[in-house]
Amino acid sequence: MNSLKARLLVISAMVIASVFALFPRTVEDRVSRNGVMVDTTYTQIPLKYGLDLRGGMHLALEIDQSKQQVTDVNDALERALRVVRSRIDEFGVAEPIVQRVGDRRIEVELPGIDDRERATAVVQRSAYLQFQITDKTQALERVAPRLDAIVKARGLETADGTVTADTARSAVAGIFDTPSDTTTGADTANTVTDGPFRRLIAPGSIPGQYLVAVGDVRALTRYLADSAVQSALPPGKQVRWGSDSVSISTAWYRPLYVLENRAIITGDALIDAKPEQDPMEGARVSFQLDNEGGRRFRNETGKNIGNNMAIVLDDRVMSAPVIQGAIGTRGQITMGGRDIQPAQDLALVLRAGALPVPLVVVEARTIGASLGQDAIDQGINSGIAAVLIIIVIMIGYYRFSGALAVLGLGFYTLITLAILSVFGATLTLPGIAGFVLSIGMAVDANFLVFERIREELEKGKSIRMAIDEGFDHAWSAIVDTHVTTALTAVILYQFGTGPVRGFAVTLLAGIIASLASAIFFVRTMYYVWLSRRKTAPTTLSI
Amino acid sequence: MFRILHNTKYDFVRQWKLAFITIIAFVVPALILIPISGFNYSIEFTGGTEMRLEFPQAPDIADVRGTIEAAGLGEAEITTFGSPNEIRIRAQDAAQVEQQASGATSVADQIEAALRAKYGAEGFTRLGSEAIGPRVGEELRRNAIIATLIAFGLTLLYISWRFEWRFAVAAILGTLHDTLATMVFIKYMNIEISLFVVGGILTVIGYSMNDTVVVFDRIRENLRLNRKKSLRETINDSVNETLPRTVMTGTTTLGALLAMIFLGGDVIRPFALILTFGIIVGTFSSIWVAAPLVLWIEKKWPRETDATPHSRVSSASRP
Repeated sequence: MNSLKARLLVISAMVIASVFALFPRTVEDRVSRNGVMVDTTYTQIPLKYGLDLRGGMHLALEIDQSKQQVTDVNDALERALRVVRSRIDEFGVAEPIVQRVGDRRIEVELPGIDDRERATAVVQRSAYLQFQITDKTQALERVAPRLDAIVKARGLETADGTVTADTARSAVAGIFDTPSDTTTGADTANTVTDGPFRRLIAPGSIPGQYLVAVGDVRALTRYLADSAVQSALPPGKQVRWGSDSVSISTAWYRPLYVLENRAIITGDALIDAKPEQDPMEGARVSFQLDNEGGRRFRNETGKNIGNNMAIVLDDRVMSAPVIQGAIGTRGQITMGGRDIQPAQDLALVLRAGALPVPLVVVEARTIGASLGQDAIDQGINSGIAAVLIIIVIMIGYYRFSGALAVLGLGFYTLITLAILSVFGATLTLPGIAGFVLSIGMAVDANFLVFERIREELEKGKSIRMAIDEGFDHAWSAIVDTHVTTALTAVILYQFGTGPVRGFAVTLLAGIIASLASAIFFVRTMYYVWLSRRKTAPTTLSI
Repeated sequence: MFRILHNTKYDFVRQWKLAFITIIAFVVPALILIPISGFNYSIEFTGGTEMRLEFPQAPDIADVRGTIEAAGLGEAEITTFGSPNEIRIRAQDAAQVEQQASGATSVADQIEAALRAKYGAEGFTRLGSEAIGPRVGEELRRNAIIATLIAFGLTLLYISWRFEWRFAVAAILGTLHDTLATMVFIKYMNIEISLFVVGGILTVIGYSMNDTVVVFDRIRENLRLNRKKSLRETINDSVNETLPRTVMTGTTTLGALLAMIFLGGDVIRPFALILTFGIIVGTFSSIWVAAPLVLWIEKKWPRETDATPHSRVSSASRP
């Protein structure tokens, strides 16, 4: 019976792990996604729905080579990818996907967005790079009391019906309670005030930089978008968000910068930028300017030694290094440390600004949410009906053994969904079809075993022997059929795009679960049945 | 216990001629038809624009077509989709595909603007649209063919390893037959070849292979158990022994697919139709095509007739 205990233990472990993987959870998205912070809170079963099920936009972009030939397509694609990624949070969608597909295409998925014109405009706009000096005059502090008054007067504080104040409210409230300055170690006198504007910002580590708790970013963005607030902002300055969030102790902050309006140079003047590893200074980026740009840059940097120079791509501050001395046509930005990754990324940002990549939309799909809902309902209804038919046939024909197989199907479904959830697979409409189909495979495996047990019983074997022989003999057929189907599924995944991939993934997950269910689970259930009887059974309902 | 098709002794191998004639009768007309009129590809493969609109009441299709043509957008194919209130507009002729290349969304927007002018801003809802450049389509078609070829190649290798090459070749030929028959079915039913349908064809390949492998597995086992019987007898026995399972699996899967055909909606239906046909033909081919093929290949390229005639089979046996 030890082996039975071990079997039950394995099954319990699989069930518990699967239930855990599928348990509805509150997801607080504060993780840096492609260098961009997304702040949403929602509770759901951790299964992702594809665009065809929840509506949204799918765009495929390629480099537009119609006007001029691009020599290094690979680098151009990387630059374009960097730009599109840094822009994608303009949409504020929860799970945007920006990925490179093959050697010349970028795919963008924006769930819930159906404004095609805006989406295509945003991704196609060419990148704009500026170097701007950060403000060191505390201009924002000086106007802050006035901004407080405006925010109060215009009633911006109470969520004005915009959808931003959704489930994230509770998380935001939590951040309000703890004074954010305790973690920054900055000047407390400036921040412990109850003004609605000042309450949200804390001074950062460099002049002109402020820190905003990630949960407050939406509120502050709303304030800053207000026309009265905008006209009260310090003259000659610009307010720009940083691109990446920073973590201070346990909390996450998004930097906000106040910059001099005038750009000391723009991306046009930049020729190239590349990452380097210096044995003394660590990782750094070296860049090169053209002659005209170099002259201006030497002049400007000479005047601003000790100040911070913000590198701004598409109105987002990517980095703000200190100017150590006058820089001519060749400059270096020292990142320090052994990790070359930040230097690589910054060099990519600079090149993206220097050599904008024109993109052309080669594929655009929008799926309305209502279309998605219809499809979900139909998919689910047909799935339920299909499963009912299978259950009726199995129990009708194989009786008790059929019932065990139905139990096995329940186990199979749980495992399949858990696999999909763990690997972050996206559930699409073809995916549902693939799921229903792999049920067919799971059922087939059971039929193979049952028919074999029947044959063994006919040869006069005991019940226990017949069960063991039935499983042992069916094994080779089950494995061979599953492997051949799995091969096809893998190839489909490799060569397919979008919907076909969704189909392949669910099919593959189903094949794995089907093996576990038919070969292991159902057999164990038979053993449980055998062990609960005091005398060896003389008949088996099959 | 209630049993169907128990202990049958049909001589399936003898019926191969009838099976062969059936296949010829089914396939040949299509082989003439396909070169003439070709397949009906979705815009995923041809490139073009497709949009789905929902109107409060059923619109006059001719009116919609007239509006689009008047706007200079060329000939568009307009069909109802699901309910009469929902229409699908498709523009995929060469001129429009060219327009696409300069920015894939433009055609859909032009059509929408033209229709908004006619039916008013609130006259309809845009449910979804797709716009696909010509190059994407070419690439997809190429990828689908490559995927299928690789799938066949790998399966050939796997079955050669687990069984032996004669079985592998027979399984591949049987499956090729199913693929061809499914394509012919698609042609007869005038089903549009979309990505989803390609997925369906590949599933049929998987299913057909699955069915063939089950029969071959039994042949492999019986060859090992009973070496005195002729291959022909063994094949017949094996097909008969696996017949209950073949029929049960076929019936159950067909039942599930019928549910998908009737309840799955317009998106799933073509897929379910193809699979329904594929499962029928796949079952047919593993009994009447693949199994007799093994015999035929064996006759053409016989195994060495030494003391252990089936040694290669038994060596590549169970794990």
